[in-house]
Amino acid sequence: MSVYFTEDHEWIKVDGDIGTVGISPYAAGQLGDVVYVELPEIGREVGKGDEAAVVESVKAASEVYAPVGGEVTEVNGTLEDAPETVNASADGEGWFLKMKIADASELESLMDEAKYKAYCDGL
Amino acid sequence: MSELLKTTLHSKHVALGAKMVPFAGYDMPVQYPMGVMKEHLHTREKAGLFDVSHMGQCFIFADDGTFETAAKALETLVPADIQSLKPGQQRYSQFLNADGGILDDLMISRLGFEGHTHKLYLVVNAGCKADDFMHLATYMPPGITIDVADDTLSLIALQGPKAVDVLSQFNPAVKELTFMTSIDVPLTPTIWCHVSRSGYTGEDGYEISVKHDDVAELTDMLLGHEDVEMIGLGARDSLRLEAGLCLYGHDIDTSVSPIEAGLFWSIQKHRRSAEAGYMGAARVAADIADKSTKRLVGIQPEGRAPAREHTEIQDMDGNTIGEITSGGFGPTAGGPVAMGYVARKFTKAGTPVQLIVRGKPRAAKVAKMPFAPHRYYRG
Repeated sequence: MSVYFTEDHEWIKVDGDIGTVGISPYAAGQLGDVVYVELPEIGREVGKGDEAAVVESVKAASEVYAPVGGEVTEVNGTLEDAPETVNASADGEGWFLKMKIADASELESLMDEAKYKAYCDGL
Repeated sequence: MSELLKTTLHSKHVALGAKMVPFAGYDMPVQYPMGVMKEHLHTREKAGLFDVSHMGQCFIFADDGTFETAAKALETLVPADIQSLKPGQQRYSQFLNADGGILDDLMISRLGFEGHTHKLYLVVNAGCKADDFMHLATYMPPGITIDVADDTLSLIALQGPKAVDVLSQFNPAVKELTFMTSIDVPLTPTIWCHVSRSGYTGEDGYEISVKHDDVAELTDMLLGHEDVEMIGLGARDSLRLEAGLCLYGHDIDTSVSPIEAGLFWSIQKHRRSAEAGYMGAARVAADIADKSTKRLVGIQPEGRAPAREHTEIQDMDGNTIGEITSGGFGPTAGGPVAMGYVARKFTKAGTPVQLIVRGKPRAAKVAKMPFAPHRYYRG
């Protein structure tokens, strides 16, 4: 299983043609206390870079973009009642959605973990 | 863009690990490592310390040395009754333009210190202070002095149920103050402060005006108490929103009158007619006579989704009836809270409305404010 990152701080863990999408612990830390998460409908088709979810902290709302294109197959319903899970476990239980990846070649434009770490260090 | 200004406590905020953001021309702490949510709850449970030195402070007094002359002069610019202020008493009011639109909201105190009871002390918003001081300079008659104190005075606020215990350790006299009164006292043998029992969180607490030279030492003394934490502008905003208090530039501005903004309570009875004669009085009187078309109300979204500023408010038939002016998550309320303007016939608490959040209508109700009960100390 491989994990890739976007410059907007989403991650996607790839298992076969299914990708699990979340936001990085760095992004969760920058947002602060998450109080609301809006998840997409299952079956929705999203293109790479499209708004796939919304995450809100006490102060502000931020979009979560699809790292690659595909069809939403599952959402993390836990976040509806316990949005704080995003802060507690951004790269684990705080995942947002799973998607069937339409074109695996889109993953090539994303960063791997080492590159993403260097990217964050430079911010 | 010009260089951001810094308050005297700026280096303290940075040392404490605050996230600094531009606000009203100043580089200000929006939050500390604790985070907005915990800072908010800490203030409601114990005591939060806020640096509000970016706000404008000034004194107004008459050359003839009487309070009456100064009070009469200021009464030409604000709806509140100033002449009846007793020494040490404080009132909330607004500067209005000729059309009755709100130029700024402010706190006005009559000093209680012997030999200074003829002086008025004003605290105005940071973003408006340059215009406010110009407004005063333009309209105060000859014989009135406006002494802007930003070069000498800082302002900090200690807010929350433990504020009284913490501050009275330094001078027990502050315990006797009731809400919206003030005294001038030493908090150490060398640090004299103007202390008022007021604030903008809905909690009991104090605002403390102190010399720039003393503010760091006083801050360290207060932070030395285990119940006191430094609180940023993020929590200040959620605290005042839950308390139903207006924020200038968001809930109030020149497009609304004090009556539309729900500030009728801040205008004493004999100041409600056009004959009161202050700038904007005709509009205030007309709005009181039911001429205004909209009112600021609390809005309680159903579910968990916050509705932010500029969210459209619709009636249940889909007609636009207003807009959210402040909205977010209320940590004490435990859910989203908001305020906004709606057309007059929708102002009753409980009226169902729809909020258009990201293109979708969401259920909400007009709600009574505050969302978190006020806990002022009234004696």
